[in-house]
Amino acid sequence: MAFFDSIGRNTVGGFAYVGGLARLSGRAAYFTLIGPFRGKALRWSRAFHQAMAVGVEALPILSTITFFVGLILALQGAYELRKFGALQYVAGGVAVSMTRELGPLMTAIVVIGRSGSAFAAEIGTMKVTEEIDALTTMALNPVQFLVTPKFLAMILMLPCLTTWADFMGVMGGAVFGVTGASFTFGGYVQATLDALLKRDIITGLIKAVMFGAVITAVGCYEGFETGGGAEEVGRSTTSAVVMSIFLVIIVDLIFTSLFYLLGR
Amino acid sequence: MSDPNSDKTLSVHDLRVRYGEREILHGISFDVPRGETLVILGGSGSGKSTLLRTLVGLQPATSGEVWIRGQDIAKMSEDELDETRKKIGLSFQGGALFGSMTVGENVCLPLREHTQLEESTIQIIMRLKLEQVGLAGFENYMPSQLSGGMKKRAAVARAMAMDPEILFFDEPSAGLDPIIAAGIDNLILKLKKAFRMTIIVVTHELASAFLIADSMLLINKGDIVAHGTREEMQNSTHPRVRQFLDRVPEPEVAEEMDYLQMLTGEAPPKAL
Ligand SMILES: Nc1ncnc2c1ncn2[C@@H]1O[C@H](COP(=O)(O)OP(=O)(O)O)[C@@H](O)[C@H]1O
Ligand SMILES: [Mg+2]
Repeated sequence: MAFFDSIGRNTVGGFAYVGGLARLSGRAAYFTLIGPFRGKALRWSRAFHQAMAVGVEALPILSTITFFVGLILALQGAYELRKFGALQYVAGGVAVSMTRELGPLMTAIVVIGRSGSAFAAEIGTMKVTEEIDALTTMALNPVQFLVTPKFLAMILMLPCLTTWADFMGVMGGAVFGVTGASFTFGGYVQATLDALLKRDIITGLIKAVMFGAVITAVGCYEGFETGGGAEEVGRSTTSAVVMSIFLVIIVDLIFTSLFYLLGR
Repeated sequence: MSDPNSDKTLSVHDLRVRYGEREILHGISFDVPRGETLVILGGSGSGKSTLLRTLVGLQPATSGEVWIRGQDIAKMSEDELDETRKKIGLSFQGGALFGSMTVGENVCLPLREHTQLEESTIQIIMRLKLEQVGLAGFENYMPSQLSGGMKKRAAVARAMAMDPEILFFDEPSAGLDPIIAAGIDNLILKLKKAFRMTIIVVTHELASAFLIADSMLLINKGDIVAHGTREEMQNSTHPRVRQFLDRVPEPEVAEEMDYLQMLTGEAPPKAL
């Protein structure tokens, strides 16, 4: 009985959480899409700074990780493919797995660790030090001022980062292709291009945009929900990371199923 | 409720505020006429900061009304509230400076966001405001590089940036050295005289209170104990007022009251 009780409570809590995220995203969307026509200027320069922090500064770590993921994919793929003497399919396997799934997912994981947590910490600290209240009393809407630039930056940068991640993954795969599977570099690239459909890339980028929205919403929401005290900021940051990973996987599942059904 | 007179910049009727189950303010009423300075006195945890937060619409009231410049803030739309907020300034007890911006940028922010002024004009206004609080030359410091007192003064400068009609100060001189504190008092007097600003100050400093106040309000545990002009307060015979003004510790009595409170289960408010 207590078990069902706790499931019930968690379900209600889960809906409330998703409702909170939706409200916050809705407000941010209002300030992005409708606000500018009502005399509420978009903050492009703040969005630009966010985009630099989210995007450009993530490149070194993201490149390294996705390069290795591409290499690992090639190795794992080859392990199975060589049984059938089908090593030439490694290039296509890596390309499709990266663009459809691992490119967006690894990008999301890196961005959660770097930026999702930072959003929660930044807004949480501002909550604790009454800076959020100070914004409000200065007639600066905290969502418009803090959240909207982050949404803009993330929704623009995640597809860019994901494209770069796809590319690095293919490069990682090419290392195996050239050293372990008698490809020339040019031949590997050609095999990749032959295997990829436009659909693979586009579905990956659609996921990337959705992941960007989810990560921003969770990071900012956790920040605003921070109670009093510095240790609360740490708690918000942790739960921003955990919740973002969880929700990114859920969104991934939903969209992958959708693309699977649509692509039959 | 009937419209308050237009010369009342701020008008509060039977204001009650609660956090969760606990009521912090138990029916507060007062008026502040335009251009006057009200000083709110009261011990730690008596609800002074909560009162200020409610007056600027940060904390919703449970019941009662707050009228600012002839409008009930509870009935304002978000946009109307923002228009009102551009005409008020609040300096927070802890400063609440934006940690990611320099002191100068903190002061410039409302000007950049809400006015069409040239950047050069904004810079001049910013230097002027910082100079008024004795922080000339500190515009490029980060808030984390300032002492507590300097943060507070920077917060005052930021609250004044838009030349507001109403200024709220939450303990502006607590923790400042006497010379700087006297400087803040002078600043408040100057703002009152030169700009006919309406000023609401929460303070513990009695000397400062009697210097700047037109009227005074003593709050104790969420109730108004006394409200009057500075002379009325000075001559008051109300025991609580006298206790506060004469700084009588009355340790035995205080302890007995605490003891009684403890026994009756009403936890004494924690100091903030
Ligand atoms: N955000 C809050 N949530 C719950 N209780 C609060 C909150 N802020 C203040 N309080 C309580 O309200 C009372 C009044 O606090 P405050 O208005 O800060 O007092 P003062 O400024 O006079 O020292 C205190 O007992 C405090 O514990
Ligand atoms: Mg206080």
